[in-house]
Amino acid sequence: MGDWPLLSLIIFLPLVGAAFIFMIRGEPDVVARNARNVALWTALIVFVLTLLLWAGFDNTTAAFQFVEKTPWLDASISYHLGVDGISMLFVVLTGLLTPICVLASWESIQDRVKEYMIAFLIMETLMMGVFCALDFILFYLFFEGGLIPMFLIIGIWGGKRRVYATFKFFLYTLLGSVLLLLAVLAMYLEVGTTDIPTLMAHGFDPELQRWLWLAFLASFAVKMPMWPVHTWLPDAHVEAPTAGSVILAAILLKMGGYGFLRFSIPMLPDATEYFTPLIFTLSVIAVIYASLVALMQEDMKKLIAYSSVAHMGFVTIGIFTLTRQGIEGGIMQMISHGLVSAALFLCVGVIYDRIHTRQIVRYGGLVNRMPIYAFTFMVFTLANVGLPGTSGFVGEILVLIGAFQVNTWVAALATTGIVLSAAYALWLYRRIMFGEITRNDLREILDMNRREVLVFAPLIATVILFGIYPAPLLDVMHASVANLIEQHELALGTAKALSVAGN
Amino acid sequence: MEPPAVPELMPALPEIWLAFAAMALLMVGVFSGNQSTRFLIWLSVLTLAIAFVLVLVGPPDTAVTFSGMFLVDRFAVFTKSLVLIASALALIMSLGYLRSEKMERFEYPVLLVLATLGMLMMISANDLIALYLGLELQGLALYVVAAFRRDSRRSTEAGLKYFVLGALSSGMLLYGCSLIYGFTGSTSFATIQAGLAGGEGSSIGLIVGLVFLIAGLAFKVSAVPFHMWTPDVYEGAPTPITAFFAVAPKIAAMALFVRVMAGPFLELTADWQQVIFVISVGSMLLGAFAAIWQQNIKRLMAYSSIGHMGFGLIGLATGTADGVRGVLVYLSIYLAMNVGAFAVILSMRRDGEMVERIEDLAGLSRTNPLMALAMGIFMFSLAGVPPLAGFFAKFYIFMAAINNGLYTLAVIGVVASVVGAYYYVRIVKIMYFDDPAEPFERPIRGEMVMVMAGTGIFTLLFFIYPAPLLAGAQAAAQSLFP
Repeated sequence: MGDWPLLSLIIFLPLVGAAFIFMIRGEPDVVARNARNVALWTALIVFVLTLLLWAGFDNTTAAFQFVEKTPWLDASISYHLGVDGISMLFVVLTGLLTPICVLASWESIQDRVKEYMIAFLIMETLMMGVFCALDFILFYLFFEGGLIPMFLIIGIWGGKRRVYATFKFFLYTLLGSVLLLLAVLAMYLEVGTTDIPTLMAHGFDPELQRWLWLAFLASFAVKMPMWPVHTWLPDAHVEAPTAGSVILAAILLKMGGYGFLRFSIPMLPDATEYFTPLIFTLSVIAVIYASLVALMQEDMKKLIAYSSVAHMGFVTIGIFTLTRQGIEGGIMQMISHGLVSAALFLCVGVIYDRIHTRQIVRYGGLVNRMPIYAFTFMVFTLANVGLPGTSGFVGEILVLIGAFQVNTWVAALATTGIVLSAAYALWLYRRIMFGEITRNDLREILDMNRREVLVFAPLIATVILFGIYPAPLLDVMHASVANLIEQHELALGTAKALSVAGN
Repeated sequence: MEPPAVPELMPALPEIWLAFAAMALLMVGVFSGNQSTRFLIWLSVLTLAIAFVLVLVGPPDTAVTFSGMFLVDRFAVFTKSLVLIASALALIMSLGYLRSEKMERFEYPVLLVLATLGMLMMISANDLIALYLGLELQGLALYVVAAFRRDSRRSTEAGLKYFVLGALSSGMLLYGCSLIYGFTGSTSFATIQAGLAGGEGSSIGLIVGLVFLIAGLAFKVSAVPFHMWTPDVYEGAPTPITAFFAVAPKIAAMALFVRVMAGPFLELTADWQQVIFVISVGSMLLGAFAAIWQQNIKRLMAYSSIGHMGFGLIGLATGTADGVRGVLVYLSIYLAMNVGAFAVILSMRRDGEMVERIEDLAGLSRTNPLMALAMGIFMFSLAGVPPLAGFFAKFYIFMAAINNGLYTLAVIGVVASVVGAYYYVRIVKIMYFDDPAEPFERPIRGEMVMVMAGTGIFTLLFFIYPAPLLAGAQAAAQSLFP
């Protein structure tokens, strides 16, 4: 296994699939069918490869594994790939969700199927690249490149206000990212390389760190999204096609959190220490404010979007506690949210495909006609709330444990977010599922078909499995997270020692 | 008294070849008339191709001839290659247009070859007189071609406007040259450089002369505040001429700009840096904001080129080798993106006529998906979104800016690039999200497809193997800073 460039294969196989779909010619029906099949098979093969990656992953070390390195732009900017305990799980998550997205778009996308599938496979390549890149420029390439397919996915197959939503999404994210680019360039000129492990080992001047940290924040906070730069998210989510929302919520939002873990904390320890109160403040506001806003939403997707903002607030709190529980909880929360929010958007997609509206008031009493759907929705609603036994619980409790060690106020305020999340999620469930069926079109609505069940089955299984037995995920993280914290404390220690010596 | 020795001709071989070839082409044209235009165009492309080969096989290192007025170095080789490629592509792209607009006149290829000759001489200028000679040769040829569509009021207006403003800028440039001559006592770049380096220092007169010189050059690269002619000329000139204007003269003028600033006046970097700083910021911001409201795609490309020249000037403002490398990489990629975009614009034909409103592109992704894909690639690349080539162009410019402490320029630059992204992305939106307008004429001419495909693939896949271009630019930039 060791000789295979497994990561390159995972990254570029989707592109091969996309090129294949690009070549398909013929009758529109045939093209559409073939495009769907090729996309599904490509995504499934990539998923199997990511599972092989997991199988071959060594839990005991914090070092980067499956490393590949070849010169690229010049000697100091190379094509450098590798995964550690933090990034590996995101690769697997991306691998799992892409085939699900393809399957979920099987019937709902009838227009320009070929282009749609190409866009999704390119998207998969770029997302995989983000989590595997060990060179900052390479990372940036994948990170930014994702804007193009996502822009097209929302803009072409999106809803009525899609143009507004895409431009907002595109420009917000671009503005954040270009500042990141300047920071990367500044680091490059300071250290002479953009190799991530080298940058992690380099001690930056604390004054410079703050500027770099703020530039990083501009990019990652938008991606995350953190309050107050979250406003693109509800628009993009609402207008995106179902699978687009899934990718957006499940993977793209994780890039922000991943960025903090991979870059801000290990590379800029002093600035991290300095800005942690800021992050806590923004996160707590995000948790409470977004939950309250979610309560008032009339559009299902918007409600889930705001709940995402709230959950991401938990993630940032967890990560910046810089305790083992907090960081592992943050990562766990990201994985769990990746599964749960993906599933919730898919749930919305199921009824949207049937009734073509996302207005909550248009529904009610669905449990009578759609028992399987009601069950599925319930599992994910509860997982979203963080009920013990679901993966959401593991993440939240770990984050709160971490937060209590650092700052009880943050923990206490964040906990109110859990209560509020129960309120909006359960209320949403009640309004859609229970009560009398009052609308005529709902009387004829059909329950989920085999394909839809197939889409949800793996998600239900993983959400419950990792809720009861999260060890497989946590074991992967332990070594890397321990190393992260150790290095952080070491760096702070030397910085303090230096400043003492300086005095 | 001995007659002066015949100067060494080999370094100037490409220019000599072009001059003779242009005369020969003119003769062929005169005697065979307008029906030979197509043949002449292909012959001109061949001429440029031979000149390209001559440039490449020329002296490997720096060579000076004609009493020090003419200089060839790696920088000249690199930029001349770009100019020749751009001119050849512009000629190829004119074929279909000239035929369908019934403009097949034999002067056209000859004028473009002469303009190209002027550009090569600008690039090799090592003396203020030689600089002016090259500049005017290309300028006069360009004034004529801008008005080449004599029956069109807009085209003649564009030609006239270009001529009047161009003459004004030449006047400023000459005035600057005369001041520089007066205060340094020489027109030779080498002597000026040696004088300044020798501790003569700058005087206020010299600085004023330099500012006038910069004003003249800024006009040629259409940098703010000397950009006013650009949108009108771009819009009024026949489209293949616009495509030519947008690329080859810009590259040549930028190369000349770099040569003058980083050559004789390197000692005065601190003085001219502020001026370049201001015009760079102005160009970037104007290019970003003014393009937002454009409805005509040629005007939009005009503002886009103003903006891009602003980015290029950041590299010059650093006044260092890595800045110049950034400029050269920028120009190379700019060439590919712009030629490609103009190939698409030239293929926008409906009912036998060119259309040039942005709305005409509506729904292109349905009526002609491959052309829309190509245009999409160019637009995202012009916006600077990775992994397309345009990103790398900006990347090396910003790297140079940060490396040399020009943080303000870098930050303004990235903000301007985000604003600029808005209007590039708007074109993608119109092509991909809007309902289709009436389709363009099919089929697209073969040579257009080739140009689009070639530049599109270059722009898309540049990131895979950028090393040769980077190495070439590096070597070229180094030759300016021995």
